[in-house]
Amino acid sequence: MADIATIAFTGLGLCFFIAGTIGLLRFPDVFTRLHALTKADNLGLGFITLGMLFQVEGWREMALLVLIWALTLLAAGTVSQLIARAALKDRSG
Amino acid sequence: MTWAFDAALCALILGVAFATVLGRGVFRSIVFFIVYGLLMAVAWVRLDAVDVALAEAAIGAGLTGVLFLTTFGRLARNVSDDAAPGRFHLPAALACGGLTGALAWAWFAMPAPVRREWELPPAGVENPVTAVLLNFRAWDTLLESIVLLAALIGLWMMARDGDWGDRLGLPQHVRPGGVMAGFGRLLPPVGFLVGVYLVYVGADQPGGAFQGGTVLAAVGLVAALAGLVRPPRIAAHRWRVALVAGPSVFLVAGLAGAVLGAGFLTLPEPVAGTAIFVIEVGLAISIAVTLVFLVLGPPEGERRE
Repeated sequence: MADIATIAFTGLGLCFFIAGTIGLLRFPDVFTRLHALTKADNLGLGFITLGMLFQVEGWREMALLVLIWALTLLAAGTVSQLIARAALKDRSG
Repeated sequence: MTWAFDAALCALILGVAFATVLGRGVFRSIVFFIVYGLLMAVAWVRLDAVDVALAEAAIGAGLTGVLFLTTFGRLARNVSDDAAPGRFHLPAALACGGLTGALAWAWFAMPAPVRREWELPPAGVENPVTAVLLNFRAWDTLLESIVLLAALIGLWMMARDGDWGDRLGLPQHVRPGGVMAGFGRLLPPVGFLVGVYLVYVGADQPGGAFQGGTVLAAVGLVAALAGLVRPPRIAAHRWRVALVAGPSVFLVAGLAGAVLGAGFLTLPEPVAGTAIFVIEVGLAISIAVTLVFLVLGPPEGERRE
């Protein structure tokens, strides 16, 4: 049962990563690419973390996995804001 | 399934390595270099060398990547990316090819490793990597910490006379209450905890002064970039003490070993555990401060603003 949940959730996460990668390669400008990239980071990694939670034993490992996801979320959100702001400044000259 | 993962990892590492060397544009090469470091860290984890993986991720990918990026930023202010040499550089290619060939020859000339069950001689710590780094091969580690200091002195020589005595690096401009300011308040407490933990567990588990020191350096840099702390002045004595603390503690411990009759840099077993812990704490502080100062760079143009 746990294995099925893991496969389902990590599979879903991988779909988000593939979609995000295609978006990163195909979208026309910085802002839409950032949109694609952060979707992959946030939702993709979130689902993969969710899938991994079924495999670990003990609250400590679970808390660590969730912490890693939360830190990635924080870093990705901050970096995309900063990149978008820099791109906006470039465009307006 | 693991062989498929390993094969994919090897292919990725090779591909990214070629992209780093052969790619056009300096910025692209730097990005590929960082990716290469992260993939190498995964490879080290696969080889069960978690200590090396931590060092590779923190120093190889993270810190060296940041150093390259700041260098690129400074270069970009003077020359455009198009002017950067993207062409084939024969002497460099020959030198790197020769080095790779020599390493490959050394690899094949070495006898194949035999896995033996053997007891590590008593070193005062449980983690064999820490035992080697700080007891059996303390020379290397001592010189490494001094090399870092020498690099910083070399960098500080680049400062203009007029800027000497100013604050390190470029002045940072951060929107008050903006995203970066918020990030700078959120991340450092967590990062500080992780860094101190890495130094603390280094004696028994993967971690240690270099890995923990690099994480602490990253915390300091985030705080400086977010404008929460101002970089110190180049002549600040307190910070110079922090710079030399690690190598000094290390040297004093080594000399104490010589005086006590065990030999220079040899830590006798009864006190080795405590001594290694004190050295690691000192080294972590010095490494963290040195790395932050290396990334910030010499003081430049505070008054020209």
